[in-house]
Amino acid sequence: MAIKDYIRERFFPHLWCPGCGHGIVLNALLRAVERMGLKKNDIVMVSGIGCSSRISGYVDFHTLHTLHGRALAFATGVKLGHPELNILVPMGDGDALAIGGNHFIHAARRNIDLTAIVMNNRIYGMTGGQYSPLSGYGMLATTAPYQNIDHDFDVVALSTAAGASFVARSTTYHVQQLTDILEKAINHKGFSVVEVLSQCPTYFGRKNRLGSATDMMDQFKETTTPIGSKAKEKDPTLIERGVFVEKDIPEYCAEYDKVIERAMKKGA
Amino acid sequence: MERVRIVFSGSGGQGVITAAILLAEAAVLYEGLEATQSQSYGPEARGGATRSDVIITDRPIRFPKVIQPNILICLTQESYNKFCGIIRPGGMLLTDSRFVTTERKVDARQFELPMFRTVMDKIGKPIVFNIFMLGTLIGLTDLMRPESVMKVLEKRIPSHFLEMNRKALELGLELGQENK
Amino acid sequence: MTNNIRFVQGNEACVEGALYAGLDFFSGYPITPSTEVAEHLANRLPAKGGKFLQMEDEIASMCAIIGASLTGKKVMTATSGPGFSLKQEALGYAIMAEIPCVVVNVQRGGPSTGNPTHVSQADVMQARWGRHGDQSIVCLTASNNQDVFEMTVEAFNIAETYRTPVVLLLDETVGHMREKIVVPKAGEIPLVERLRTAVREGVDYHPYLPREDGRLPMSDFGDVHRYNVTGLFHDMWGFPTTNPGVVHGLLRHLNDKINNNANQMARYKEYYMDDAERVLISYGASARSALHVVENRRPRGERLGLLELQTLWPFPDVVVREKCRNAVSVCVVEMNMGQVMQAVKAAVDDPGKVFLANRIDGNLITPTDIRGILRLIQGRGV
Repeated sequence: MAIKDYIRERFFPHLWCPGCGHGIVLNALLRAVERMGLKKNDIVMVSGIGCSSRISGYVDFHTLHTLHGRALAFATGVKLGHPELNILVPMGDGDALAIGGNHFIHAARRNIDLTAIVMNNRIYGMTGGQYSPLSGYGMLATTAPYQNIDHDFDVVALSTAAGASFVARSTTYHVQQLTDILEKAINHKGFSVVEVLSQCPTYFGRKNRLGSATDMMDQFKETTTPIGSKAKEKDPTLIERGVFVEKDIPEYCAEYDKVIERAMKKGA
Repeated sequence: MERVRIVFSGSGGQGVITAAILLAEAAVLYEGLEATQSQSYGPEARGGATRSDVIITDRPIRFPKVIQPNILICLTQESYNKFCGIIRPGGMLLTDSRFVTTERKVDARQFELPMFRTVMDKIGKPIVFNIFMLGTLIGLTDLMRPESVMKVLEKRIPSHFLEMNRKALELGLELGQENK
Repeated sequence: MTNNIRFVQGNEACVEGALYAGLDFFSGYPITPSTEVAEHLANRLPAKGGKFLQMEDEIASMCAIIGASLTGKKVMTATSGPGFSLKQEALGYAIMAEIPCVVVNVQRGGPSTGNPTHVSQADVMQARWGRHGDQSIVCLTASNNQDVFEMTVEAFNIAETYRTPVVLLLDETVGHMREKIVVPKAGEIPLVERLRTAVREGVDYHPYLPREDGRLPMSDFGDVHRYNVTGLFHDMWGFPTTNPGVVHGLLRHLNDKINNNANQMARYKEYYMDDAERVLISYGASARSALHVVENRRPRGERLGLLELQTLWPFPDVVVREKCRNAVSVCVVEMNMGQVMQAVKAAVDDPGKVFLANRIDGNLITPTDIRGILRLIQGRGV
């Protein structure tokens, strides 16, 4: 199927700012879906609130645009209601890890078969540039005019500790790798987390004098490195990209089937 | 029949609430009567003065709480002290002679019976104290057929505990009938 | 015969009703005094192939049932007091996105943590107005365990008929009290099943376009129609819009579909109302005490009657107005500071004849409490 068969063309051009990284994430996601040959009727996209969440409007799947932070909670209900469906849950960094932090760690702990995509642009864009839990120490935002004193989460370490069975990171610069990783994440049976570093030139970039969108993408190239690279040994500040966790542990819906089996045996 | 209003009281862990439920359930399922059971809930699961209200009648029950019980059962001193004043004049008070020392006369028939001691002497397991007490209550009052309570026990209690419970109910019944 | 007679708590009667109605999916979070609903469903639901889920919090359990409902399941959650507050945002979402679901609130004393193990009926207005924005909601209640069973079934039927969340407002007294219920045979109470669209694959399906009869056929996620569901104002395909005409139309629709059917949804019981000079209006556990008073005073010649409301929202104002027309006085019996009394005052011809008999200390209002107020109303002193 052609890529454009996966989109709702009538809603384009999209609402994201010129230079925003989120369109690249959409592109990579659709390429992964297309490569896997998934049927549109077998995919549900569940999103929350924010710039990232608007992605669900553009894809021709079953789409559920929910509440700020709650996408994974809604998605859990959809998945248990119809376990055969592929559920994609794109979220922003504030969406997934501030207001939705509790749902995030618990979905990971359950290892329910959802694909969580954290589109990390380190800022609340929809509301105009407030600091997020991933902005980082010393950064500027409309609500951190004297520099942010909050430290950021490491999404990979957090997801791993919470029990996610697939954890990966890439950037909008590394779009080939991103597509590969998303394909693996969707294929993975269990809770998958893909963190995508995505640029927000309008707010995060401008506030912190990071230059244009392409400058910011160049920074993704320069400040990241493949997992276990020599470069990382020399410069520990580099951010690693790739698949950090990929393990085969019992998935929640499959486990639930066993609960039903035990309950029915006892009831019979 | 006359509306029977019972307050079971004691301390958490004595099985007071379970006894109340069993009696009310027996009335509904096997005596064809109406019954309600309610209880006061506190944060503590064990200890404290526990109370459960049961109403049994052959007509619909509206207000489900007992304000003045015809039958008050107290299995601890604390519950006796707390509730003995609410008994309906002309009603009945049943206390356990090991745990409760009655202090003043109420306008009621008073039964201070060695329920706990008999359970320990003849069965040796405090866990069936509450079932023994139900037997005694039925023995004293002819509230319902003991078989009805037994049927509920059969439904609810694991089979290997059933015999002990049956014995407790029967011994309680004897104690009640002897003192009627 | 004895097989379908049960001796259960109100919370368990609710579980029996939900299972009878065809509940497939429940998610919840432990909270007093509603926890027994979750406990019994954890036991019962998987045994019939359904799913029970204990979520990480109250919010998540409300969100999860909405997700599951979209896959075609009959869904429910249950909570109390603070949990009901936490669910409000997602409840508003279910109203906006028109998702059938049942939300049980076994009321306890509030505000805040309040009085978890004691009775209250102070969430009536929260059920009505707890969410931001204009909207209407359906809210049912019950005073005895048989009615809890039947109102639970009714809640599912209304949720499916009108494609809306329904709040079932119980209280601690009814939730925890044990009494007899008779579980009807299958088919004895008619069930409303999910209305699914007959639109075939490839033909444009409008998830938010009401049919002529006002109902909105659904299509399950995973089926052939792909559409959008959002909490934003949306068009008939479910896509966000700020078009003033569409926004206006949707808001009217969400309110009208409930309010215009208030008479169809009005469930109530009346006792000795034919010649009643003095009317008691009550609901939930309070109605038991009110009925006790009525049955006690009638043999003494007092022309007292009881109107027991089982539908609280949309408020059955036509019923209340008609039934109170000839009453000398109307006394609303409830365990809050007059929440339903306000609605009764707004409904009757002469609000000056409406009084309140209430109790707000965590104890079930007693017949003596009510009698005292009735004597005051009649100018006879306490």
